[in-house]
Amino acid sequence: MELLLNRYRNLTVLVIAIVAQLALLAYQVKGNGEVRLIRVWAVSAVTPLARLIEGSRSNISRFFTDYFVLLDVRDENKRMRAELERTKLDNQYLQTELATADRARSLAIFQQQSPSKTVAAHVIGNSTAVTSKVVIVDRGTNSGIEKGMAVITPDGIVGKVTGAYPTASYVLLITDPTFAAGVISQKNRVHGTLKGQGYSTAMVDYVQNEERLETGEWFYTSGDDRIFPKGLPVGEATVVRPGKSHKEIYVTPSGLQNGLEEVLIIVQGVHAPIPDSRPSSQDVHLMAPPPGEGSSDPAPAVSGTFTTDADRLTDHYRKIGEAEKHVYGGHSPGAPNYNIDLDAVSSKAAVSPKAPVSPKDTVSPKEAINPKAPVSPKPVVSPKPADPKPPSPPPAIEPLAAPPAANP
Amino acid sequence: MTNLGSDLREEFSEVPLKSRAWKFNAAAIVGIPLAAILFQVYVPRFFMYLSYLELPLLVTVYFSLMRRSPVAGVFFGAGIGLAQDALSPPNPLGMFGIVKTLVGYFAASASLRFDVENPMIRLVLGFFFFFFHQFFYWVLAHALLSETVDFDLERTLVVAVLNAMVAVPLYHILDKLRVAA
Repeated sequence: MELLLNRYRNLTVLVIAIVAQLALLAYQVKGNGEVRLIRVWAVSAVTPLARLIEGSRSNISRFFTDYFVLLDVRDENKRMRAELERTKLDNQYLQTELATADRARSLAIFQQQSPSKTVAAHVIGNSTAVTSKVVIVDRGTNSGIEKGMAVITPDGIVGKVTGAYPTASYVLLITDPTFAAGVISQKNRVHGTLKGQGYSTAMVDYVQNEERLETGEWFYTSGDDRIFPKGLPVGEATVVRPGKSHKEIYVTPSGLQNGLEEVLIIVQGVHAPIPDSRPSSQDVHLMAPPPGEGSSDPAPAVSGTFTTDADRLTDHYRKIGEAEKHVYGGHSPGAPNYNIDLDAVSSKAAVSPKAPVSPKDTVSPKEAINPKAPVSPKPVVSPKPADPKPPSPPPAIEPLAAPPAANP
Repeated sequence: MTNLGSDLREEFSEVPLKSRAWKFNAAAIVGIPLAAILFQVYVPRFFMYLSYLELPLLVTVYFSLMRRSPVAGVFFGAGIGLAQDALSPPNPLGMFGIVKTLVGYFAASASLRFDVENPMIRLVLGFFFFFFHQFFYWVLAHALLSETVDFDLERTLVVAVLNAMVAVPLYHILDKLRVAA
């Protein structure tokens, strides 16, 4: 037996190993037994190494991932910077375009409202002379431009045409030393001659020291030079002081303050009165009148169209009559109260829903943008109250949103 | 005549091949199968295409071939197979153990007949034992567990070739760790 085992030692070991494992297998299969201990040993032996390997793998993976992510981030950063630069340029271009469109719209509105016939032109170049303040515009004799015509913007006068050619014209700016124009102050109606200085300001000459003039007073064209129609804004007096023989008055030209890209050339000037209010310089543009509100609107009951004190007084009395329900020349007993506060009455009528609201007491948005109103240097809404009270106080518009007819 | 007979016996007997057995230090004997099992457990998680590699089998074959001892082959095969079973929870312990025990035994027996240093022999043995391993596992699963395991012959042959191709360089690397017995 021993010899047999020695002779077949290998086979014997194999058989024993196989039988043992078969028994183990049979034990698990038949008895549904779990050989937990062996599995625990195996797992316990493998887990630390596996954890080590997994940790190393994840760390290496994370390192490379981060590395490549950072590479991507760097590339992306570079790409986004380039994109940002492009966007900035685009933004700048679009802002310029927007400003241009804004100016063009403003110019168009002004052109529409201006009583003078004008031709819009673009500034396309400057004079080659260093000292002269001359610009070239893209309108010439083909567009009806002639030498000596006035050039303005909605903000004020710009200069005059000194040379007209078929497709372009030279415009001498009011800051040129050779430029001169007749001006008149708004408040004290002081006449003078506007002269260029060669730089950004101009001066008003030939105003006697005895004349009364204040700093901040606005100058308008007087029409004396027969180039600029009367009533166009020139600029604000920034310095007013007595001189040797005449006052020294320096004016900041309002027409050149917002850059000079589009101008209007007056081909047929119409004199306008000097407005009572100072020109608005705010840059809040009015919208164009909404469609659908045609000329059938009632005539505005605002005082904007009145140009003389008698007109204003007549309008004032008319309003008092409406407020007191007094018909002048009729059979109403007594006289109306001329000391009544019209503002208080109108605001009370606007707040009270039962109070009948006269259509003339309300001011529609269209009326607020009255094209027949005196020439405004710029069609803008001024947040500052104008010298005569603004024609459309906000409470008066409220009945439009809540019509009295809807309220029993 | 006696000398000739002795020479022939020497030439064809097991002794010369047996005397060319190799030994491994304990770290290699434990570490290499463990690394093979870990590879089998973890690497296919990230590289699915490496799941066809049966490294524990290749290691079993290698150790059995190098030790040139069927008994050692039986123990190598049983140990590695049982460890593999233990880390394959749904499988009952013993399936890989029995199969790899047989593989270890036959590999060690073959090492007494062939020059297992020859890469071509290693390639053929790798192919054969992989196919044997898969086939015998399939037989055992059918016979002992009544499991319906598919045995795709073509796929098994292709995978056997791939394993044999991996076995040759792997064995060449593992040769660096052996020491003469």
